[in-house]
Amino acid sequence: MAELVVFYCFAAILVFAAFRVITVRNPVHAALFLVLAFFSSACVWILLEAEFLAIVLVLVYVGAVMVLFLFVVMMLDINLAPLREGFTRYLGLGAAVAVLIVAQLLLVLGSDRFGLERVGAPVRRAADYSNTEELGVLLYTVYAYPFEIAAVVLLVAIIAAISLTMRRRPGIKAQNPAEQVAVRRSDRVRLVKMRSESRR
Amino acid sequence: MSKTRGWLKSFLLVELFRGLMLTIRYMFSGKFTVRYPEEKAPQSPRFRGLHALRRYPNGEERCIACKLCEAVCPALAITIDSEPRKDGTRRTSRYDIDLFKCIFCGFCEEACPVDSIVETRIYEYHFEKRGEQIMTKDKLLAIGDRYEAQIASDRMQDALYR
Amino acid sequence: MIDSLVSLAWTVAKVLAILVPLVLAVAWYTFAERKVVGYIQVRMGPNRVGPRGWLQPIADGIKLVLKEVIIPAGANRFLFVLAPVIALGAALAAWAVVPFGEGLVLADINAGLLYILAMTSVGVYGVIIAGWASNSKYALLGAMRSAAQIVAYEIAMGFALVVVLMAAGSLNLGEIVNAQDGSILNWFWLPLLPMFVVYIIAGIAETNRAPFDVAEGESEIVAGFHVEYSGMSFLVFFLAEYANMILISLLISIMFLGGWLSPFQGIFPDRFTEGFPLGPGPHWLLLKTLFFMFLYLWLRATFPRYRYDQIMRLGWKVFIPLTIVWIVVVGVAIVLDVPPWFDGA
Repeated sequence: MAELVVFYCFAAILVFAAFRVITVRNPVHAALFLVLAFFSSACVWILLEAEFLAIVLVLVYVGAVMVLFLFVVMMLDINLAPLREGFTRYLGLGAAVAVLIVAQLLLVLGSDRFGLERVGAPVRRAADYSNTEELGVLLYTVYAYPFEIAAVVLLVAIIAAISLTMRRRPGIKAQNPAEQVAVRRSDRVRLVKMRSESRR
Repeated sequence: MSKTRGWLKSFLLVELFRGLMLTIRYMFSGKFTVRYPEEKAPQSPRFRGLHALRRYPNGEERCIACKLCEAVCPALAITIDSEPRKDGTRRTSRYDIDLFKCIFCGFCEEACPVDSIVETRIYEYHFEKRGEQIMTKDKLLAIGDRYEAQIASDRMQDALYR
Repeated sequence: MIDSLVSLAWTVAKVLAILVPLVLAVAWYTFAERKVVGYIQVRMGPNRVGPRGWLQPIADGIKLVLKEVIIPAGANRFLFVLAPVIALGAALAAWAVVPFGEGLVLADINAGLLYILAMTSVGVYGVIIAGWASNSKYALLGAMRSAAQIVAYEIAMGFALVVVLMAAGSLNLGEIVNAQDGSILNWFWLPLLPMFVVYIIAGIAETNRAPFDVAEGESEIVAGFHVEYSGMSFLVFFLAEYANMILISLLISIMFLGGWLSPFQGIFPDRFTEGFPLGPGPHWLLLKTLFFMFLYLWLRATFPRYRYDQIMRLGWKVFIPLTIVWIVVVGVAIVLDVPPWFDGA
């Protein structure tokens, strides 16, 4: 009973936050609402006893991805007026995409593929049941190849992103901290012993 | 060889530990804090505190309104008006020092040809109302009268070096 | 109904049993900071309020509570007030899974280590939102610096923790301590020595403390993200920062110095190391934590502030490669069952 109330509370917050992400004007507010949406979905997952996934969601998406997102959004000085231009021009395309997404969601969420009779309600586990361990065992035995391939794809993506954004500009006077840190006192300072001179 | 030594040195944090040892040694050494209201730091006879205007032993005020102090004051804190007194001597009718402007550099004291404007050892004073920071001639003379003994002895000690 | 109410009241009582000592510890930690830094700088530190200044934190607290909370013009009021609350909430939430002794823990969850990592990474939102909502360029710059720094060092910190959980074979903090059972040489500081150092340094950077406190860097950006904060809202930020420092000190002792285990275990015969003073118990955890709390202040009084690009270099180019290398080393050691640390599991 209490669990149901908690679920509806978090679900309501989640839906509200997700709705505000796309309706709110200020991009910083939108990003913060997205954070709230992630957080409340993590709470819903915890109710499902998927605490590992929930914590990882907070750790990765809230703790790292959205921080970088906010980082970029805050530095942009966005003028809101031009954002609203061309609403009618893109209306057709936007509507088509929206209809497609709704259709896909209906297909996925429809009862004949992911309904309760197919997947089954999650079972209550004992308190010492560790789904971290289960997940690890599954990932490294049954799904070892997909997991490794996904890792390689991610690695390729990282390298590609870095090589796309990296540019070497000649003639800039940037400091090289590695070189500066490596400096020893003996490179810069020479202590000289000399007697004090007498007054003339 | 020296490169590997430098590398080892930075990875073993040798210099950081030396720094830490140095500071921990100071943690247990004697403290220099002066517990102010109970203890006070020693003062030099050249201490530059609150200003005063002095008088000659016969009671005549020293200031002759030459306005050298007004001219030399880098903060423009001194304002002087003057007029002839009944006996024909020139005296100040107004001698104001704005303590909010004053930087206590002591130039006025050095410029004064008759040792009239001086800086005393007083440094514990406060203002409660706007306007109190203007030291008028009366106030300055009163301070001079009150601390004349100390002012005179301080000038005496310093006279050797002037 | 009655049962659930009783269990709720019991939980609240346990939460208070952690929070009240924590807040008091924070208050006197600020006093200790001023005293220690003062002593190292050959000064006396605060010595006016109460005997030898011991009541100073109370005076500070009253002063901050009575001060006006100024909300700058052009600031986003809601987020401006929310930011310190997020910072404090994240800082305090992490304490839920910290074990203070055998079984002395509020929430004994399996993924405790991950939970702590997640909570400390949520804390950065307080800083970012504060910087943005203040509508001040210094605050924004401070928030940017702090966000970049925390994200950079979180990776090194996370990898260091990965090594710990590899060695312990568990994400549960209590089990991590029990995995170090044996003698002082079985504690993880020795086999994971580089990670121990990386974790201490990354922890200092993560809490934005000197010498990594460029987020406040008063000589460059006044006070960073909390320039515009005053009174209570500033107090809350302060509380969060110091609670985080104490938390990091506690985590270092739990993960690398054997938590509540006694250092005399395995050296003296067993019958000596059972009772209160020499046997395992929360007092050992307290002692170890106090040492690292002191280390925080000691480092602050010793080292000058790091330059920003050097901080980034240290995080990305030194710590992350170092931790990855050590993951491989520990992995090999576990496969080869190297005694005495990796032959258990």
